[in-house]
Amino acid sequence: MFDYSPAPEAKLASFASSYGHFIGGKFTKPQKTFETINPATEEVLSQISHGSAKDVDLAVKAARNAYEKTWSKLSGAQRGKYLFRIARIMQERARELAVAETLNNGKPIKETRDFDVPTSVAWFFYYAGWADKLDYAGMGASPKAHGVAGQVIPWNFPLMMLAWKVAPALAAGNTVVLKPAETTPLTALLFAEICQQAELPDGVVNIVTGFGDTGAAVVGHKDVNKVAFTGSTEVGKIIARQVAGTNKKVTLELGGKAANIVFDDAPIDQAIEGVVNGIFFNQGHVCCAGSRLLVQESIHDEFIKKLKRRMETLRLGDPMDKNTDVGAINSKAQLQKIKGLVAKGVKEGGDLWQPACKIPRNGFWYAPAIIDGVSPANTVAREEIFGPVLSVITFRTPTEAITKANNTEYGLSAGIWTEKGSKMLKLADQLNAGVIWSNTFNQFDPTSPFGGFKESGYGREGGRAGLAAYLKGGN
Amino acid sequence: MRLDVKKTYKLFIGGKFPRSESGRSYQVSDSKGKHLANVSLASRKDVRDAVSAARSAQPGWAGASAYNRGQVLYRIAEMLEGRRDQFVAEIQALTGKTAKQANAELDAAIDSWVWHAGWTDKIDTVAGSMNPVAGPFFNISTNQPTGVVGAFAPQDSALVGFVNTIAPAIVSGNTIVVVTSEKLSLPALSFGEVLATSDVPGGVVNILSGKESELSGWLVGHMDVNAVDLEGASKPAELELMAADTVKRVLRKGSYERLGSSGSLQHILELMELKTVWHPKGH
Amino acid sequence: MDAETIVGSRLTNQSLRRWLHSLPGVDKVGLEQRAASLATRSIKTDSKAWALDLIISMMDLTTLEGADTPARVRSLCNKAITPDEDDLDTPSPAAVCVYGDMVQHAKAAIGKRKIYVAAVATAFPSGRASLRVKLQDTKDAVAAGANEIDMVIDRGAFLSGNYLEVFKQIQAIKQACQRPSGKAAHLKVILETGELQTYDNIRRASYLAMLAGADFIKTSTGKVGVNATLPITLLMLQAVRDWYDEYGIQIGVKPAGGIRTSKDAIRYLVTVKETAGDLWLDPDYFRFGASSLLNDVLMQRKKLKTKTYLGSDYVSVD
Repeated sequence: MFDYSPAPEAKLASFASSYGHFIGGKFTKPQKTFETINPATEEVLSQISHGSAKDVDLAVKAARNAYEKTWSKLSGAQRGKYLFRIARIMQERARELAVAETLNNGKPIKETRDFDVPTSVAWFFYYAGWADKLDYAGMGASPKAHGVAGQVIPWNFPLMMLAWKVAPALAAGNTVVLKPAETTPLTALLFAEICQQAELPDGVVNIVTGFGDTGAAVVGHKDVNKVAFTGSTEVGKIIARQVAGTNKKVTLELGGKAANIVFDDAPIDQAIEGVVNGIFFNQGHVCCAGSRLLVQESIHDEFIKKLKRRMETLRLGDPMDKNTDVGAINSKAQLQKIKGLVAKGVKEGGDLWQPACKIPRNGFWYAPAIIDGVSPANTVAREEIFGPVLSVITFRTPTEAITKANNTEYGLSAGIWTEKGSKMLKLADQLNAGVIWSNTFNQFDPTSPFGGFKESGYGREGGRAGLAAYLKGGN
Repeated sequence: MRLDVKKTYKLFIGGKFPRSESGRSYQVSDSKGKHLANVSLASRKDVRDAVSAARSAQPGWAGASAYNRGQVLYRIAEMLEGRRDQFVAEIQALTGKTAKQANAELDAAIDSWVWHAGWTDKIDTVAGSMNPVAGPFFNISTNQPTGVVGAFAPQDSALVGFVNTIAPAIVSGNTIVVVTSEKLSLPALSFGEVLATSDVPGGVVNILSGKESELSGWLVGHMDVNAVDLEGASKPAELELMAADTVKRVLRKGSYERLGSSGSLQHILELMELKTVWHPKGH
Repeated sequence: MDAETIVGSRLTNQSLRRWLHSLPGVDKVGLEQRAASLATRSIKTDSKAWALDLIISMMDLTTLEGADTPARVRSLCNKAITPDEDDLDTPSPAAVCVYGDMVQHAKAAIGKRKIYVAAVATAFPSGRASLRVKLQDTKDAVAAGANEIDMVIDRGAFLSGNYLEVFKQIQAIKQACQRPSGKAAHLKVILETGELQTYDNIRRASYLAMLAGADFIKTSTGKVGVNATLPITLLMLQAVRDWYDEYGIQIGVKPAGGIRTSKDAIRYLVTVKETAGDLWLDPDYFRFGASSLLNDVLMQRKKLKTKTYLGSDYVSVD
C-alpha cells in the first residue's frame, strides 16, 4: 500500500575530528578526549574534551574577566544587539544546527527542524529585546546582574536548553560558563562558532565539555554567582546541597511525572493527539512529558482503542528521515533504564502494549509503549521513565482526578482535556504544577514562564520571570 | 493588695493552645535576668502536629478569596492594636526597650499587617502576566502559594521580626509553622491569641516556642514542608543541605529586612509558585 | 441500522439536536495543528509515483460552469479517457462531474468505459429551491444515466437548527437516486463546509448526512470562499472512520475545490492513510473534486519519469 519511501535530510553539518573547550573566545587544544556518537547508528561523530576543574577555573576566570572589563560596561542596548546578531546567525545556519542536533541526539529531523532550532532562535530574539529594558523587569530601577553564571544542561534538547540558559543570562548582563551534556555537546560547540561569528566579546560565553564531575566543578566554583541547572531531580538535589551555605542564587528545572487528564467531554480526537504528542514527542525524553494518562473510566476502552490505532501510525526509525516520528533513545544507559522500569511495571501487574515496529539493527531504540491498568502506587506511575512509555490510570470524578494528578513528588506540568470551561479553570487552580496545558500539550514560548512546583525544581525560564532569575533581587 | 493572675504561655497549633506534647517547659527571663514565665518547650512531635495542622488548613486558606484574606489580615492589625498595652509590656520586659521604643515596634508590627493585608488582591496584578505567545493560545501566568512554610523567626526581635516572618507567608495563602525567638518568645506566643480572635482559620499559623536547634532538623526535614525560611536559624547551611533532600524552597538568612512597617513583594513572591496556563483560542 | 435506532428516539429537531450535540467537540487549534503536521510528510520516489497514479484514479474531473457546452463536456471526457497521450498507462479519473443537463453528453462520450458520470443536483450550488424542484433535478440526472449524484444540503435549515428538514431532504434525494433496475446512483452529500463555518458544525453535518444515508460526504461546491481544506477533510475522515467503527458502514469522503497541486493532493492522501486508514485509499471511498489538479499531477508524473521539469504547454488543456 502507501509505504513512504525514505526521505532523508541532507547531511548539512560536519564536525571537526576533535574539539577542545571554548574559553575566552578561543577553542583550546583537545585533551582527555572521549567519543561522542550518533545514538541512531553508534557511529562516532567526534572526539570531545573532558573538562577538568582546571579547565573550569580557566573558563570562570575568562567569564569574570569579560564581566568586569567588557560586558558589564556595555549598555543594555549594545548587549541586546549582540543577542539579535546571534539569533540571526542561528537562523542562517538553522538547517545545519538541526542536522547536527539530530545526528548527536537521535531525535527526528522533523523535530529539530520545526521545533528545537526555531524555538532556540525565538529565545534569543525575545531576550535580546529585554537587554535594554531591565528597569521593567519588576526589580526597580537599574537592577544588577549576578556576575558569572554557571549553567549545566541536559541532553534532551541540547541547543534549546542552551538558548533557554544563555539568552536571559546575557540579556541581564551576566557572562556564562556552560557545560553541555556529555552525550550531546556538538550543537553547543557549533554555538561557540556562532558566538565568534557574532563577534561576541571574548569570555562572555564559555563552554566546557565533559561529564558530571565537570558540571560539579562549574557549580562548585567559588567565583560563580549564579547556578542554573536543568536535568534530573537526583542531580538537582546534589546541586542544591553543593550550593547550600553559599551566596549563589540557584534555579533548578528538574524531573516530572505529568498527568494528562482526559474527561469524557474532551475533544477526543485532539486529546488523542495531545496524549501522543505529550509522551512520544522527543521519544518521551521530556521533563514535562505527559507520562501519566488519567482517563475517565467511562471512556477508557474507547479512548485506549483510538490511542492504540494512532500509535500504529507512528514511524520509528532513521532520525534523519523527514517522516520519522520516533527517533533513537539518546544512550545505551537510558535505554537500559527504560527497559528496567517497564519490566517493573509489567511485574507489578501493568498491561504492556507496543505497536509492531521494525527496530533498526544498530543504535538504541524503544518502541512507543503504553502500560494500561496502572495503580497510583505502581513504580511506573511514580518514577520518571524519561522514555516513550505512557502509564494509564483511570478516574471517575474531577476530585479523584485532582487527587491522583497531584499525588506525586513532582509538579512540573499537567494536561486537562475537557470542553467545559469552568471545570478546566477549577482544575487549573487545583493542579500543583507550574505549567498547565488545557486542550493542548507541550507548547513552549519564550514569553511564557516554564518551571515546576515541588521536586520539579524552582525558578522559571521564559518571560519576565526567566529574566528576573538572572538579576539580583529576583527569585 | 491583689495578687495578679499570670498567663500560662502555651503553643498555638491548629487554632488551639496546647502545652507541649512532651510536657516540657523552659524559663523565659526579662532583660535583667529575672524570671518572667515558664514557656512550653516544643518537641519534634509538636512539629509533626503543627505541620499536619498547617497542611490541613492550606487548601482552604489558599481557596479563600484574596479579598477575604485581606480582610482577615487587616483584622489581625485591629486585634493587635487593641492589645497594645499587653504587647508593649511584654516587649519592654523582654528587651529593656523604653515605652517609646516598644510602642514603635508595635506600631511597625501593626502597620506591616496593614501593608500586607492590602497585597492579597494585588499580587497577580503586579507579578502575574498575560503572555503574548506566538500562536493561537490564551496564556496566563499567576502566582500560587507554595504550600506549607516552615520558618524560624529572627532571634533578636520580640514581635516585629516575628510578624514580618509570618505575614509574607500567609498573605498569599500559604500556611506556616513558625518557631519563635527562643529568648524573646512571649509576644509571639501572645500573638496566637490575636490570631485566635481575628478570623484566621485554625492551622494557618502554628507557633512553636522552644530551642530552635532542637526543632529545626525536624521542621526542615519534614517532607510535607514545601519552603523554609531560615532567618532565625543558627545553622542555616546545614538546614539548607537538608532542605535539598526534597527540593524545598529556601529563604536564606538575611535575605529580607524584617524590622520595618512594611515588607517586600519579592519576599512574598519567593514563597509562591508561578503557574502558567495555556488554552487554545478558536471556534 | 435505521436512523431512529441510532439516534435512540423518534426523529425530531430536538432529538437530532441532542444527538448531534452529544458528539465530542472539535478543538480548532488542535485539529489544525494535526493537519499541519500531516502536511509535513515528505513523499518521495516510488511512493510518490504510486500516490500520483492513485490521485488520478480518485479524481472527479469536474466542469461546473454556466458556460459549459456539450463540446466542452466531450473534451473533458476525452481528457478523462486519455489523460496523457504520451503515456497510455496513465490511469483514468474515477468520474467526470458535470451539471445534470450535461449527463447525456458525458455518457455518450464515455460509452462503456469504466469512468463514472457524476451530476451535481438539488439546485446546485445554493440549494435554494423547493424540494419538488430538487427531486426533479435529481431524477432527470439519474434518468440520463448519472452514476453518482452530488447533492447540496440546505445550509439555511441546518444553521437554523432545522436538522429534521436537512435529514428528510437527504433521505428523499437518496430515494430519487433509485432506479427500477435496482442499480441506484451513489449519493454524495455536499455539506458546503465554508458556509457551516465551525468545525463542530461540520462534524454534526457529517453525522447528519451519514444518518440520512449518504454514500459519500463531500466538503464543498467549489463556489464559495472557503472550499476543501486539509483540517476539514481530516475532520470528515475521523467522522467516517468512527461511523465505520460504530455501525460497520463505510462511507466515502470527497474534498472538493481548491486542490490544485500534486503536493496538496499527496497531503490529502497522507491524511487519509493516517486517519481513516488503508480501507479508504480507494476511489470507491475517497475522491478529489478538482478541475486543474489533473494537469499538475500529469506534469509531476512526467517529471518523475523523465527527471526533467515540464512546462504547461507540454500537457493538454482539457
